[in-house]
Amino acid sequence: MSATITLEVARYRPEEEAEPSVQAYEVPYREDWVVLDALNHIKDTQDGSLSYRWSCRMGVCGSCGLTVNGSPKLTCATYLSDYAPKAIRVEPLEHFPVIRDLVVDIGDFLVKLKKVRPWIIREDERPLERGEYRQTPAELEAYRSFSQCINCLLCYSACPIAGLDPNFIGPAAIALAQRYNQDSRDEGAGARMEILSQPDGLWGCTFVGECTKVCPKHVDPAGAIQQYKVAAAVDAIKALLLPWGSK
Amino acid sequence: MDLVSCDVLVVGGGGAGLRAAIAAAESQPSLRVGVVSKVYPMRSHTVSAEGGAAAVIKPGDTLDAHAYDTISGGDWLSDQDAVEAFVREAPAEMLRLEHWGCPWSREPDGSVAVRPFGGMKAERTWFAADKTGFHLLHTLFQTSLKYECIQRFDEWFVTTLLVDEGRCQGVVAIEIATGRLLTITARAVILCTGGCGRVFPFTTNANIKNGDGMALAYRAGAPLKDMEFVQYHPTGLPFTGILITEAARAEGGWMLNKDGYRYLQDYDLGTPQAKPVLRSMELGPRDRLSQAFVKEQEKGRTLKGPYGDYVHLDVRHLGEALIDRKLPFVRELCRKYAHLDPVREMIPVRPVVHYMMGGVHTDLAGATGLDGLYAAGEVACVSINGANRLGSNSLTECLVFGARAGVAAASFAVEAPPANGTASAQAHDEQRRLESALGARREGEERIVDVRTEMQTIMEESAGIYRVGGVLQDAAARLRGLQERARRLALDDHSLTFNTELTSVLELSFMLDVAETIVHSALRRCESRGSHQRSDFPQRDDERYLAHSLAYRAEAGPPAIQYLPVTVTRWPPGQRVYGR
Repeated sequence: MSATITLEVARYRPEEEAEPSVQAYEVPYREDWVVLDALNHIKDTQDGSLSYRWSCRMGVCGSCGLTVNGSPKLTCATYLSDYAPKAIRVEPLEHFPVIRDLVVDIGDFLVKLKKVRPWIIREDERPLERGEYRQTPAELEAYRSFSQCINCLLCYSACPIAGLDPNFIGPAAIALAQRYNQDSRDEGAGARMEILSQPDGLWGCTFVGECTKVCPKHVDPAGAIQQYKVAAAVDAIKALLLPWGSK
Repeated sequence: MDLVSCDVLVVGGGGAGLRAAIAAAESQPSLRVGVVSKVYPMRSHTVSAEGGAAAVIKPGDTLDAHAYDTISGGDWLSDQDAVEAFVREAPAEMLRLEHWGCPWSREPDGSVAVRPFGGMKAERTWFAADKTGFHLLHTLFQTSLKYECIQRFDEWFVTTLLVDEGRCQGVVAIEIATGRLLTITARAVILCTGGCGRVFPFTTNANIKNGDGMALAYRAGAPLKDMEFVQYHPTGLPFTGILITEAARAEGGWMLNKDGYRYLQDYDLGTPQAKPVLRSMELGPRDRLSQAFVKEQEKGRTLKGPYGDYVHLDVRHLGEALIDRKLPFVRELCRKYAHLDPVREMIPVRPVVHYMMGGVHTDLAGATGLDGLYAAGEVACVSINGANRLGSNSLTECLVFGARAGVAAASFAVEAPPANGTASAQAHDEQRRLESALGARREGEERIVDVRTEMQTIMEESAGIYRVGGVLQDAAARLRGLQERARRLALDDHSLTFNTELTSVLELSFMLDVAETIVHSALRRCESRGSHQRSDFPQRDDERYLAHSLAYRAEAGPPAIQYLPVTVTRWPPGQRVYGR
C-alpha cells in the first residue's frame, strides 16, 4: 500500500453554513507533488465541490496563494515533502473576505492598485518615430526588483497592519508605485506621493518586514516603503524650509 | 436576467485582449469598452511567456528578412499579406510597450537589447530577461487602468455569443463569485481568449487554456482555420510540462542525447559549432526539433525517466553570471520544479504541447466571417504562423493584431446599430440551457476527470508529433463517443457561489468541440507540412494543400472541412533550409 498524507482544508459554503469549517482529505503522498497537486487530486477524485483558484502551476500567474500551516504560500511551489508525514492545514489567505472555501475577494486590492497610478506618467510623450527612451542597465536595475511583483497578495496576508486597517494601501501597491517612481522614464512620483502620504498610505506601515519575508519573487516591499518614507520626509522638510514651494 | 451594454466587448484580458481594449479606447474615445475575463487579467496565460518578442529594430536587419523567416518557418502556409503587415507594424508596437514602461533588457548604451531566436536569421527578439510575457502583461494591465472608458468584468465566464441577423451582438456570462447570469450586449465583440493546450495531457499551457473562444466562435458559425497545426515545444520539463525557454538555446545551450551527443546534427539542421549559429542546430525551428526528438527516441538514444523519455538541455558552459542575467527564470524554475541547478546540472526536457497555429479564421483586421465578431492573438488564425510558428512571434502577434482588431471593432461599433431586442430572448434560452444542463447533472454518472483524461489520451495518441490516418479515424469516432458521455457528467457542487466544477464542465465541453476540429482537420490533410507530419503521407503537397483548412460546425455529426487558398505575395513556396 502506498503512502498517503492528510490535508485539513478550510471549507466555507455561504449558502449552507454560517461559519467556516475544516474537512480532512487523505491523498496519495508523492515526492514531486506540490500542495496544489494534492488539491487537484481531491477535486478530481474525491470532492468536486472544493473551490480554489489556480492557473499556471509555475509560480508566475499569482492565483494560487493560500495559507499553508499558518504561512502564506504559493501552493504550486510548496511541496508536500516539506511537511510530510504530518497533516497539512490549508486555509485561505488572511486579511481578505472569504467568498467560498479557499477563494478570497481581492477586489479591494485592484482598487488600491489603481489608486497609486501604476503607469508611466510624463509631461511630454516622446513620439514613437523617435524610438525608445534610453535606459541603461543600471537605471533598469534601480526598479527591476519592484517590477517582479506577481500580485499574489501573500504580502497582504502576512502584513499585520493590513489585518488591522483595511484602508492601509498595503505592501504590493506601494512597491508597484515605487517601481514606477524609480523608472527613469517616469515623472509621476509627485502625483503618487499625494496618495501615499495620506494617513492610510505608507505611514500606516510600522516596518514589521513580514511582507518581504514571504514574497516569492524577492520584491522587497518593505524596502520600497522605507525608500518612500525617506523621500516623503525629505519632501516634508523641504516644504517647511521652502514654503514658497520647490518640486 | 440583468443586462449591461457596452460598445466594444473584449473577451479575454491577456496580451491581445488588453492591447485590443486600449486600441479601441484610443481610436474612439467616446466608446464604452468592456473587458470580460474568467480570471483577473494579470492571471492570463500571457504571463507565462518567457523568451521574447520579435520586431526588426537593429541596423542590418530588414522587414523582408523577418517576413522570410516567418514564412519559411511556417512551411509556406502563412498568408504573406498578413506577414507583411505583421513585420511592418511590429517595431512600433514594441516601442509603444517600451513607452508604456515595459522593462526591456538593455544594451550598455541604454538602447533596447535583442537576442537570437529559433528559425530567425537575425537577432531581433526583444526580451525582458526571460519573463517577457509577465512584464508585457503587467505593463499592459497597469497601463489599461488609466483609461476610464474601459470597464472590466473580472472572473466572469462567457458561455455563449449572442448572434442575430447575422451579427454578433454580445455574450451571456456567469459571474463566477455569485453564479449570477448576465447579458452583455455590444456592437462589436473581440475574442482574445488564447489557445487550447489543455486538450492534450502534457502541455505548457495553464489550466485556463481550454479553447473557450475557439468553441464560442465555432458554435456561432464562424469556421476554425488550420486546427491540425499544433506546436510541440522541444524543451518542457517532464511531469509538470513547465517550459524551459528557447532563449536557453539562443544564449548557447545544447541539446544532448543519452550519449552526450548534439544529435540535431543528424537531422539536416547543420553542424555543431561552439557558439550558436542563427537558423542552425539548436536554433532550428520548433517543429523540426520536436520531430528530431521522436527520431532519437526510435533509435533508443533518449533517456528513460519516470515521466517518459527525455533528452538533456545543457547550459552549464554559459556560466552562472550569464544565466543569472539573461535566464534567471530558467534557473528559478529548474530549482523549484526540477530540484536541480542548471549552472551545475543538465536539464531533462521533452517535447510538450505549447501553441495552436490554428484558430478562428480572421482577415487582416481581425474580422471573422460573422459581422461584429473579431478575434486576435492565439485564439485567432490570421494566418502569420502557417504550419509552424517561430518562437517570439506570438507576443508580437498579440500586440499587432490585438491593436488592429481593437481599431477595426471600434470603427465597426461606431457605425453599427445597438443590439436588437432578440438578444435578451436568446439570453433567456441560454439561461434555460444552462439550468437544464445543471439540473440533469444531479443524476450524472461520469466524473469530469475521466472524460477529460480520455480526451487528452486520444489527442496525444492521434494528433501528436507524428500522425497516421487510421489512428486519426479511430480518434474521431472515440471523440464522438466522449461528446455523448460528457452529457452525463456528474456534479458534486450545486452551489451558485464560486462553482469551479461548473466552469470545468463548460470548459470540457469547449475542449471536446475543439479537439474534434483538430482531429478532423488532421485527418483530411493528406500531406506533411510543418508541425503536421503524416507518417502515411510524408511529403509536402503544394498541388493539393497549399491551402488553409476551415472547420465548420455541422448541424449534427463531425465538423465539415473546406479549404481556402494561401495568399502568396513575394515568396513562392520553396524548400525549408536550416543549417546550411
